[in-house]
Amino acid sequence: MKVTFRIPGPLLSFTGGRKVVEAEAASADTVQEALDQLWRLYPGLRDRVLTEQGQVRQHVNVFVGADSIRDTGGLSTPVRDHAEIAIIPAVSGGS
Amino acid sequence: MVDVRHVSPKGGDALVMVGTMKGAFLFRSDESRRTWQRGGPYFPGNAVYAMAYDDRAGRRRLWAAPESFHFGAVIRSSDDFGKTWSDGETANVRFPEDTGASLKRVWQIAPARAEEPGVLYAGVEPAALFESRDGGQKWSLVRGLWDHPHRPQWQPGGGGMCLHTVLLDPTRRERIHVAVSTAGVYRTDDGGRSWRTAHKGVRAQFLPDKYPEFGQCVHKIARHPARPDRIYLQNHWGLYRTDDAGDSWTDVANGVPSDFGFGMAVHPHDPDTAYIVPLESDEFRCTPEGRLRVYRTRDAGKSWQPMTRGLPQKDALETVLRDALTTDRFEKAGVYFGTRSGKLFASRDSGTSWTQLADGLPPIVCVKTAAVSKAKATGKGKGKAR
Repeated sequence: MKVTFRIPGPLLSFTGGRKVVEAEAASADTVQEALDQLWRLYPGLRDRVLTEQGQVRQHVNVFVGADSIRDTGGLSTPVRDHAEIAIIPAVSGGS
Repeated sequence: MVDVRHVSPKGGDALVMVGTMKGAFLFRSDESRRTWQRGGPYFPGNAVYAMAYDDRAGRRRLWAAPESFHFGAVIRSSDDFGKTWSDGETANVRFPEDTGASLKRVWQIAPARAEEPGVLYAGVEPAALFESRDGGQKWSLVRGLWDHPHRPQWQPGGGGMCLHTVLLDPTRRERIHVAVSTAGVYRTDDGGRSWRTAHKGVRAQFLPDKYPEFGQCVHKIARHPARPDRIYLQNHWGLYRTDDAGDSWTDVANGVPSDFGFGMAVHPHDPDTAYIVPLESDEFRCTPEGRLRVYRTRDAGKSWQPMTRGLPQKDALETVLRDALTTDRFEKAGVYFGTRSGKLFASRDSGTSWTQLADGLPPIVCVKTAAVSKAKATGKGKGKAR
């Protein structure tokens, strides 16, 4: 199956400047599994998006289509073929 | 796009490292410290609460802990004074899975003694101590402190639940002091395996029990390298000095307008001389009477005198945070501090008179200094600095 990832500007240094990354996976039933494919391609992204405990950072949002995974089951959110996953910094911008 | 400037320090130069809430800056001068060049911002947009200079084993290495509000904190290093930095791709300070904790902020980077050039310590939030034994590549949690029975009961102060200061005893390799807000001072005498409190006599103004076993809100501790059992302490209300490595503390708030404040620094060559910037109160954390005054003691806290020459004495409601006041190691000591309003001040006569090095920086959260060592081929010389 195929998943398309959208990468935010501050993280482009970890993808060689690619704003859109497409990943093929034999199986990626959940956001967690889809993101694992992304980390394999661009390992530097993982620690930016997840804490060392494997949770999405507090001020990072992950969307599948138009839905934030915070509302749809977190990293266990189901992913369908040709899904688009966007990683977007929260609007909370620091002090 | 922000324009990043660079500096090219030479051996013997003075270097001031300034961490702010929106990036880091470097200021360099020759040893006269009359004119300064500025480099930065490095890591623009990232808070940099911890910086250090590491000249052990012939290095000329900067350490910094840039922290993205969104994407976390890493410790990075530069061997060319900020022109390039280690990649930071992997988060190198990581809490083990079994702790359930996640790194929020690196508050302190402390290179260890010269005879152990691969060892560094980092104080972090949530309050914990990390150690590296391979020159900063890999960091591990100091379990002895994390497993201390007090730790689950520590409470965060206004700045967060942070281990903000690490003091390595220059003469006893196994002895380390750390300061934690809000918990107090803890000391190990066995290289980190076991820890005990070292804040007897420090008052907790904000608790019903004024002298609890732990829970003191220590804002800063500062040690003189030539007299390592002497440490000065700025508490959340209270100024103290110990002469027995923290076994007992004496109140030294004599003649100051307030004993509330954050920063504290010790003169590099005189253990009786220390510096503070008193703030009015915990309610109004600004310089009293709108006057920006550094208070200096030359008699180990028996008395304090205000240093005002070159500092604004009208309408200056400033705040100096806990790691933003420091000294250098030159023969004629330099003293430096940065304000939350982005002003950087320097004295090159042990605090008697001051000049402003910068204005309009983002809020300053740490100020560190170095006497730049000679290039690698010539070893670890430091010009006229001690």
